[in-house]
Amino acid sequence: MKCRMKVLALVMVQLAAVMSFSLPSCLAEETYKIGGLFSVTGPTSFLGDPEKKSLQMAIDEINAKGGIDGRKLEAVIRDTEGMPDKAVLGANELISNEKVLAIIGPSLTQTTLPLVPLAESNKVPLISCAAGIEITEPVKPYVFKTAQNDVLAVATIYDHMKKNNIKKVGILTVENSFGESGKKQLMSQAAQFGIEVVQAESFGGKDTDMTAQLTKIRAAKPDAIIAWGTNPGPAVVARNAQQLNIKTPLYQSHGVASPKFIELAQDAAEGIFLPTGKILVADQLPDSDPQKPVLKSYIEQFEKEFKMPVSGFGGYAYDAMHMLAKAMKGTGGDREKIRANLEKIAGHVGISGTFNFSPTDHNGLSQDAFVMVQIKDGKWKLLGD
Amino acid sequence: MRRRDRGRLALGMDPLASSGRKKACLASPEQARPIGAPGSLCSCSCCRDQRPETNIQPSSAGKSADMKNLCLGAAVVAAGLLISNPYHLQVLTFIGIYTLLTLGLNMLMGYAGQISLGHAAFYGLGAYSTGILTVHFGWSPWLTLPASILLTAAVAYLVALPILKLHGYYLGMGTLGFGMIVFIFFREWSRFTGGDSGLVGIPALALGPVDLSSRTAYFFLVWGTVLAGFEVCGRIVNSRVGRALRAIHDSEQAAAAMGIDTSRMKVHVFVLSAVFAAVAGFLYAHMINFISPNSFDFMTSVRMVTMVVIGGMASIWGSVLGASVITLLPQWLHVFMDYEMLVYGLILMLIMIFIPQGLVRGITELYERSRTR
Amino acid sequence: MQELLQYLFSGLTSGAIYAVIALGFTMLYNATGLINFAQGEFVMLGALSLVSLWKGFELPLAVAFAGSVAGVAAVGILMERLAIGSVRKPHPIVLVIITVGASILFRGVAMMIWGKDAHSVGTFSKHAPIEIGGAVLLPQSVWILVIVLLVVACLQFFYRKTLTGKAMEACAISKKAAALLGIGTERMTLLAFAVSAAMGALGGILIAPITMSSYDMGTMLGLKGFCAAMLGGLGTSWGAVLGGLLLGVLESLGVGFVSSSLKDAIAFLLLLLILYMRPSGILGKRAVHRF
Repeated sequence: MKCRMKVLALVMVQLAAVMSFSLPSCLAEETYKIGGLFSVTGPTSFLGDPEKKSLQMAIDEINAKGGIDGRKLEAVIRDTEGMPDKAVLGANELISNEKVLAIIGPSLTQTTLPLVPLAESNKVPLISCAAGIEITEPVKPYVFKTAQNDVLAVATIYDHMKKNNIKKVGILTVENSFGESGKKQLMSQAAQFGIEVVQAESFGGKDTDMTAQLTKIRAAKPDAIIAWGTNPGPAVVARNAQQLNIKTPLYQSHGVASPKFIELAQDAAEGIFLPTGKILVADQLPDSDPQKPVLKSYIEQFEKEFKMPVSGFGGYAYDAMHMLAKAMKGTGGDREKIRANLEKIAGHVGISGTFNFSPTDHNGLSQDAFVMVQIKDGKWKLLGD
Repeated sequence: MRRRDRGRLALGMDPLASSGRKKACLASPEQARPIGAPGSLCSCSCCRDQRPETNIQPSSAGKSADMKNLCLGAAVVAAGLLISNPYHLQVLTFIGIYTLLTLGLNMLMGYAGQISLGHAAFYGLGAYSTGILTVHFGWSPWLTLPASILLTAAVAYLVALPILKLHGYYLGMGTLGFGMIVFIFFREWSRFTGGDSGLVGIPALALGPVDLSSRTAYFFLVWGTVLAGFEVCGRIVNSRVGRALRAIHDSEQAAAAMGIDTSRMKVHVFVLSAVFAAVAGFLYAHMINFISPNSFDFMTSVRMVTMVVIGGMASIWGSVLGASVITLLPQWLHVFMDYEMLVYGLILMLIMIFIPQGLVRGITELYERSRTR
Repeated sequence: MQELLQYLFSGLTSGAIYAVIALGFTMLYNATGLINFAQGEFVMLGALSLVSLWKGFELPLAVAFAGSVAGVAAVGILMERLAIGSVRKPHPIVLVIITVGASILFRGVAMMIWGKDAHSVGTFSKHAPIEIGGAVLLPQSVWILVIVLLVVACLQFFYRKTLTGKAMEACAISKKAAALLGIGTERMTLLAFAVSAAMGALGGILIAPITMSSYDMGTMLGLKGFCAAMLGGLGTSWGAVLGGLLLGVLESLGVGFVSSSLKDAIAFLLLLLILYMRPSGILGKRAVHRF
């Protein structure tokens, strides 16, 4: 008796599992469904949360203008929590159940990579919001991305250093895929700019104190220190550097390009250099910059709608949606045509830069996507060329 | 020496053993063999000694266990044939992999009463050894299966020897420390593991000309393995080893006094559960074709313990239920989003406080109580 | 030389924090024989409460300090009453899982209250860093060390000289015997939870000014604190302090002379080593066979 109960319970669980996923969607005919897959919760929610909001915002904008070919768009958003397993499940759900036309996201390299075979075999365009260069190199037909490569960020930093005659650097990277990718680029590009990495250290994302690492770097006597990570670690680095009275210039990565960093590092943020998308300094851009109006309207709308300061990350999803919308026009929801159209997008002025996709470039950004800024009086200051 | 130990063990345990033991030897040795590792699980323990007793009539408990496996087998086949939606198959495949993980850990926690808070390390070792061998050395995936099982078993054995001398919280912390070190190792040995960015390009499985990468095929592969795992565990639980384990669970001293070589027994179960995790890791790596250290961190170990606990310790069937609940709950909790962690912790605590025997037994007990009323 | 001194200073600072957390573990273990996996979450709650009270509500530091400690101690009491105390079969595995569940719950609640972002507060006092032999000692580090030593002294006094402290120790030795002698063992357990939670909160309050506080900061700190407690010998206050400082200094020297990427491995390697070689820890006397 007992055992039959158990078997019954099991079968019920499985049945329930299957049934609960097959909710009918009554809107299917009138709308185009777009899948969103972001790390809305979990340790990387600082990426996923604004991305989710920006996607919704972009879709509202497009719908307000009458949708695409008379059909409205509908976002179906799933949370990956930054975990590959959840990303795979979510993508499967979006593709097989929700029958989405394309997927925007995920937010991380490690959640994007396991989805590549899925997107390819199901022929669903995937526009990732992650930075890892492995996503689009080598080029896969259905995989695109809108976040700037770390290559460009590193090049921007080294460019600035070269102009300021900095020859030796010490680097301090966070122990996760962002830091690792940054470290790889920092090491490999240094020689091209005549820069030598004299000391490379790392710190854990949850470390509370980096004075030991900084002491070691200081002992190697670099001309500048580059810290590569996402909040809160780099803010601790900035504070520790100030406490240790380290006078060498401190560079940070675009991973901290949000007002939160200044809030966390407080006065230790003063004088720090970092590369960032233009969004942080939209006001200071020259009027001739084509991105300026786009950025201003995005910032205004985002802050009005969500009552929170804008960060550079939401723009990845915003750009992805607007380009997708361009590519969807006149395709009647044919994924292959959408994919082909995406490859033809040229000169799209977005939040993260001006995109020029091509069959050999599925990221489409060039180094002008980044500008160098310095923190002065608790504000971002655009550095001229 | 060994022989004598076992003889004493059998003598000592006989009065306690009523129905279970006889069942163990029903099937031929071939059937009893676990997935992939010929004899590696059974030859080390007392299974060999069980075989001469085949002539004993199977008891009703044995029959019902067989019935259960049959039912599950039928359910699996039916599900595989009826469900065509790739997403549902994917979910069920994930449940299968987690069931395998849970099953191994359940043997350790439920039957031997030893907690492990670092079991994700073995899951990861299984996944990474097959990943590295296929990606960097071009091995055929099937060749890497025995390799990853052997490697994981060897590591588990080396770790178990000193660690299992510890008890209770100390054991929990010892395994936790081990899990952390392995995690750091995955992250730092980036030349082969790809570091934090993960290991890309793990090939899909194929059986000769048959491509196993389709969802249905993979579903059958995973659940076939799960069924084999059930068979193995069922046999062990109802064997002399199983009784010895339960004796250890209740009181280690008493078990030792009965002539059970408690530390050897614990080491064997530890290795067994590590091998289950390794097989799960193998299946996982070839399913999503990509692995990164984060899939094998401390939280994964905690999640594994949770799956065991929700289903019920010392309940083989609870493993399926635990794995299902933990996989499906977040899918249902879409609505909760930010509250998910809160709900998760709450459920864990509530189950432990009110039905520490797990859902399977908790529900059956409730059912029976309501009937007798 | 200058570097070595700096590593020592850094190590002592983080070591002192580990020591306070280890003290929390030790207190609870002494009175109840329980290891609380949510100890790290008390640290997080302490740090975040300080952020709210001191920076958010702009209360004076002393009030915010006391308020945070009291608040977290109340959480500890609640945890004992609602979760631990109501377990019917207190098997260690069950208790371990309950505390793990509690830690996830606390993290979830903290995320609801304080959000996912990190927060920072200023240091306790605005003195300039002190330079000794080219190395920098932060005023906050001095604060931390002084407070930790004070707390340990108080604890010693409590255990040795007060009736409650002695009663608590009696509970640790044998709960039944203590009950027979008329000691309210339930009350003692409750008190132990409150004090150990307060200890965790104290760790959080001390660390908040030198680092960033967020809802997920506790796990790693809790684990390190436990390593420190094991290292020094679970159950001895001085052992916890010694273990904490030792762990902190070794970590910092490890960063300086080996590699920063292996920093976290140091704590866990030490933990395994000590478990194999001398499970009772450096200062521990009691044999390890508690279950």
